[in-house]
Amino acid sequence: MAAKTQRIQVTLETLLESVDLAESITMRIAEAAGFSEDEMHKMGMAVREGVINAYNYGNQQDRRKKILMTVELDPDKMVVRVLDQGKGFVLTEVPDPLAEENLLRTSGRGLFLMKAFMDEFNVNTGPNGGAELVMVKKLPAVSANGKHQSE
Amino acid sequence: MALQGTRRQIGDVTIVDFSGKITLGEGSAMLRKTIRELADGGEKKIVLSMYDVDYIDSSGIGELVSAYTTVKNVGGELKLLHLTKRVHDILQITRLFTVFDVQSDETAAVRSFK
Repeated sequence: MAAKTQRIQVTLETLLESVDLAESITMRIAEAAGFSEDEMHKMGMAVREGVINAYNYGNQQDRRKKILMTVELDPDKMVVRVLDQGKGFVLTEVPDPLAEENLLRTSGRGLFLMKAFMDEFNVNTGPNGGAELVMVKKLPAVSANGKHQSE
Repeated sequence: MALQGTRRQIGDVTIVDFSGKITLGEGSAMLRKTIRELADGGEKKIVLSMYDVDYIDSSGIGELVSAYTTVKNVGGELKLLHLTKRVHDILQITRLFTVFDVQSDETAAVRSFK
């Protein structure tokens, strides 16, 4: 029988504290899914950046708005979605933080870090127009004895 | 752990020993305040020792870049010392190693100022 997808959904307030909370939730789930400590930290940081993006740029620190975080554990991957209630944006229109002319900018590296730390990264438009950041990480391979190969 | 900074002086070089996290909120604000005070106080040779900084996010990276620019704009120089692996890796993938003077030895860092 095929393993089912497990899903956890959390509604976060547009507060600074939500950034730490989202990171902590992600790291706990990643640890339970068998990721190494290093991968766990990278995933936590990617989601942290996603929630910072929602808090600052999507919801513009408007406390009346919410951030919806969904974590799905599939048999082969972990998917984290962060949905805000802002105006959304087009990923290809975001300046490249690695370009020479952008190196001294004081913002604009969050999306880059999400891409760098996850296997897949995309931005969709949510049902009500906000940005939905989708981050995917493949689960560590499981060997014949049932242990994760990164252990 | 919230960011803490202890200042000490070697000749005309100010070294700030930081410990904790440089992240959105208090950590970034603390770094900004420290740099502002040093720049306003006329300090032009500044070393940020990061031996105990085990975490930095995009907000913290932005604040480090802002620190670099602030010190440069008053005619000073800012160097980074003793980066932890995590901070080192983040500066590397964001290409900020090409911007910052990163040192691994305190004596060499102090001597490297013009």
